[in-house]
Amino acid sequence: MAAEKRVLFKSPWLPWLLLAPQVAVIAVFFFWPAGQALLQSLQQQDAFGTSVEWVGLENFQRLFNDPTYYQSFKTTAIFSVLVAVVGLSVSLLLAVMADRVVRGATFYKTLLIWPYAVAPAVAGVLWLFMFAPSIGVVAWYLRVAGFEWNHLLNGRHAMGLIVMAAVWKQLSYNFLFFLAGLQSIPKSLIEAAAIDGARPWRRFWTIIFPLLSPTSFFLLVINVVYVFLDTFAIVDSSTHGGPGKDTEILIYKLYTDFKNLDLGASAAQSVVLMVLVVLLTVVQFKYVERRVNY
Amino acid sequence: MVERRPWLNLISHGVLLLGVLTVAFPVYLTFVAASHTAEAIVQAPMPLLPGGHFWESIFTALGGQGTGPGSKAPVSQMLVVSLISALIIALAKISISLLSAFALVYFRFPFKQVFFWAIFVTLMLPVEVRISPTYKVVSDLGMLNTYAGLTIPLIASATATFLFRQFFLTVPDELVEAARMDGAGPMRFFKDVLLPLSTTSIAALFVIQFIYGWNQYLWPLLVTTDEKMYPIVLGIQRMISGGDAAQEWNLVMATALLAMLPPALVVVGMQRWFVKGLVDSEK
Repeated sequence: MAAEKRVLFKSPWLPWLLLAPQVAVIAVFFFWPAGQALLQSLQQQDAFGTSVEWVGLENFQRLFNDPTYYQSFKTTAIFSVLVAVVGLSVSLLLAVMADRVVRGATFYKTLLIWPYAVAPAVAGVLWLFMFAPSIGVVAWYLRVAGFEWNHLLNGRHAMGLIVMAAVWKQLSYNFLFFLAGLQSIPKSLIEAAAIDGARPWRRFWTIIFPLLSPTSFFLLVINVVYVFLDTFAIVDSSTHGGPGKDTEILIYKLYTDFKNLDLGASAAQSVVLMVLVVLLTVVQFKYVERRVNY
Repeated sequence: MVERRPWLNLISHGVLLLGVLTVAFPVYLTFVAASHTAEAIVQAPMPLLPGGHFWESIFTALGGQGTGPGSKAPVSQMLVVSLISALIIALAKISISLLSAFALVYFRFPFKQVFFWAIFVTLMLPVEVRISPTYKVVSDLGMLNTYAGLTIPLIASATATFLFRQFFLTVPDELVEAARMDGAGPMRFFKDVLLPLSTTSIAALFVIQFIYGWNQYLWPLLVTTDEKMYPIVLGIQRMISGGDAAQEWNLVMATALLAMLPPALVVVGMQRWFVKGLVDSEK
């Protein structure tokens, strides 16, 4: 943030006036609640809000001694890895193909970017509708093919369902960034390699893929943050965290505890999530700012 | 393309077509479901070709005349709520960010760094991770079930401020000098020079923020209890209750189509700005 203008306006009051709306909004709806979350995580409140007691780190101790919290961590980790790996591979494949074709590139691009506009909650409903064991048409054809799909009973199927919905929703985003990354690779490099006799497959792995590493890394972080925060709506609209707690990701557990008025526990989870998200963001800034090229 | 490889071209088109079809299939199915009666859908397997009840489903959903077990709020009302809150979020965020970015770039004043970092921190913690205290603030202020409660907490983030700040830093200093020499004050410079230069960034940001506002789910879920204040994305959820077979899926799917249509139109119609906005705001 060293960047500054050479010529600046001078006024004793105008900059404050200009900043006032933004500062007011973030003070009331960001700093005040974030501070409250920190305080609440150190307090124990009864369900009616009548008594508040300082308990120090007890909420955190309780949280980290809670096996369901670890389970939720594990679920979130599996979910993140699956969404990132499947989502990034599929979108990279599509972006490489779209970068290759001369004819119809815009056509394909337009038809691939619109899922960005679909709300995660709607994505959850659409995929639920296809895979619902009783009425879902895909579930029906799977059964005809001899595969008994039932995400209401089978935790793996439920995880599969939310992964598909989450990947589908995020595909256009990944695709656009990969395409932009591919288009910024100098054509001369590719041509030089082609003249040296490298075939497309080899050119991809030795030139294009390494040069895409900053984009891939950036997208990896974005996808993990996406899974941590935005997939709440997908889970809530399709599996509700079930069967049992098999798809209860961290943010869903936080929401459930909040709804059950376990304020201390939910505040402690908020704090843990905040730390995780801040860590991810810092990692992202550190590496993406440097624009690593291996 | 570096060399001619007809086979590889064919494979590329094949893969892309397959991708496009897979991406479109859930939405096609939604359309088909909306065009049949509820009874036809429940009989497995549901038909895979469109039926003749499409407009009927759409209008029944819009008017809220369904008979399913879930919420029966009229979808037209939900569309209005979604549209108003998405517009408030997009426009308010753009306005307050333009002003604060202008202050941060073009003025020198005490505690500038403090303000910069205070705004920067909000980038890292979206509303999802602090739902319970934010909910408490909103309910203490009596903003449950109001547009203010639906939108203002989501405006409290600085993505737009940073985009505008980056852009203002690239505006040549000579423009300020010239404006000053002509006797223009800071607000005159802002209105007549900076704003016209920023139109592309504003359009790009509008697309991103409109979609962000339209697609909110967790926050409206917490702050709206009145059917009249349900945004459509939440409303779909409220229509579904009980077992899979008991739903009027034709109406649910018609509502889903109505929920997807406006943001999809914005993305496709403003594609150029959308791509720019996306790539710029994430840098």
